Amino acid sequence: MIEFRQVTKRYEQQFTALRGVSFALGRGEMAFLTGHSGAGKSTLLKLIMLMERATAGQVLVGGQALEKTPRRRIPYIRRHIGVVFQDHQLLFDRTVFDNVAMPLQVTGVPPNEIGRRVRAALDKVGLLKKEQLNPISLSGGEQQRVGIARAVVNKPPLLLADEPTGNLDPALSSEIMDLFREFSRVGVCVMVATHDIGLIETMAQRTLELSGGELVQDGLPTALETRHG
Amino acid sequence: MAETRQQTSRGAAKARTPWRDQLRSWFSHHRRSARDSAARLRNAPLSSLMTGLVMGIALALPTALFLIMASIQQIGGGWEQAGRLSVYLTPDAGIERAEALADRWIENAAVGDVTVIPRDEAMETMRSSKGLSGTLDFLDGNPLPHTLVLTPDRAYREASALEDLAERLRQADGVDEVKLDLAWLQRLNAMAEVLGRATQALALLLVVGVVLVIANTVRLAIESRRREIIVARLVGGTDSFVRRPFLYTGLWYGALGGLLAWWLVEVAFWWLSGPVGRLAELYNSGFELQRPGIDEVVLLLGCAVVLGWLGAWWAVHRHLRAVEPE
Repeated sequence: MIEFRQVTKRYEQQFTALRGVSFALGRGEMAFLTGHSGAGKSTLLKLIMLMERATAGQVLVGGQALEKTPRRRIPYIRRHIGVVFQDHQLLFDRTVFDNVAMPLQVTGVPPNEIGRRVRAALDKVGLLKKEQLNPISLSGGEQQRVGIARAVVNKPPLLLADEPTGNLDPALSSEIMDLFREFSRVGVCVMVATHDIGLIETMAQRTLELSGGELVQDGLPTALETRHG
Repeated sequence: MAETRQQTSRGAAKARTPWRDQLRSWFSHHRRSARDSAARLRNAPLSSLMTGLVMGIALALPTALFLIMASIQQIGGGWEQAGRLSVYLTPDAGIERAEALADRWIENAAVGDVTVIPRDEAMETMRSSKGLSGTLDFLDGNPLPHTLVLTPDRAYREASALEDLAERLRQADGVDEVKLDLAWLQRLNAMAEVLGRATQALALLLVVGVVLVIANTVRLAIESRRREIIVARLVGGTDSFVRRPFLYTGLWYGALGGLLAWWLVEVAFWWLSGPVGRLAELYNSGFELQRPGIDEVVLLLGCAVVLGWLGAWWAVHRHLRAVEPE
């Protein structure tokens, strides 16, 4: 689903955010992406989202090499990627329903079907009763779940999450992680960037660790534990 | 979740929607963008009205000038009358002489028609016109000569041809004076041309102004909806999807500006119609300010909408690309 082949990203002023990173993530696989802040987690996600382009190497999403994607094709790539943000990027000038409906409106789903799919997504995250509320009136955990509903409403084969539990307490965090695991069980490739080591340990999933732009660890968190231990 | 499984088994293969649905949702997004943009304008009535008024005033000015031009050109349409030659005979020339000249001149190729106005008839006409009857009573007799009014043939209506004809008529026996009142018409035409050019230049400047005003307004709208644009881009909104609401914003501003311009022109013409009518009456002219007709209103609104759209397009073209997720 995602494949990195010797990917390097260098910004101007000779700052190298990623250095020769290679890994592959299959369909239905779930993995954590971890590392200190500035280790290159965000850059890696941005490369997948085509918010940035690799300086060298190849990024493949769904078997498609991204480096040759012209600008006007970018939206069509993004439609296959659901993204959950730490600051959830919700719009407070419209209802929960309209927030979740956005990816469907963008792809041109017929209006009558939008309602059905949005409610299915909201049901999945347990917010069906709040569809007509403004997201500003929801709690942090609920807002994050609206963000997740928006990310999966389009049934993307790939789901990225950038610090999705950053502002949440442990109970809410594990609730959200359970949601992600559920998606991966039905075939969605899920990648969660987080520095919450405790969470990674309890989840026991494949973990990619970045340090100074290099991939230093790729495996189960037990190995990670000893490193950080 | 069976459905999800089916979907994901295709991986990143394009989730195709039938073209009919695509088309329907395309129309539906257009409708929604149009409605949403209109609602945004309504939600800020004062600032929308201000922008609309700026546009309306800028459009009303050239519109009014063009209409005034058209009215003036209608006086020019009375060229046929103005091109007539009045031939005044000497006081001693009798009515027989007038008839004879009329018979002779009608044969001339340059002359289309000749009318003899006997001195008595001329006197009657003067007496019946306002303000003169009292004065005429002080006169002993009738000081007016017999007059012949010549309408030149269509082919000889050029100013120079008329001058030639007038010159030849002056040579005839018993002719005292030939009056060819072309000068005022030429002056009017020259003035109309100057006014026309000035109007065109002004219209061009104001049109550019209108586009700039709308572009600036739409630029501000883009700034204020930054977050929304970024989210739309993140979930896969194409450029045209992101652009659409702003183009409709420009379009609505155009429509609003056009309507206000129409209204301003109507009010201004109504305000002017009294004095203009009195002025025209004093000149014995049928001059009338032409109110905008259906054609003109449609043209005005069409131009306004296109200009609004252009302004929005320009702003979108310049600023929307810069709004990218970071």
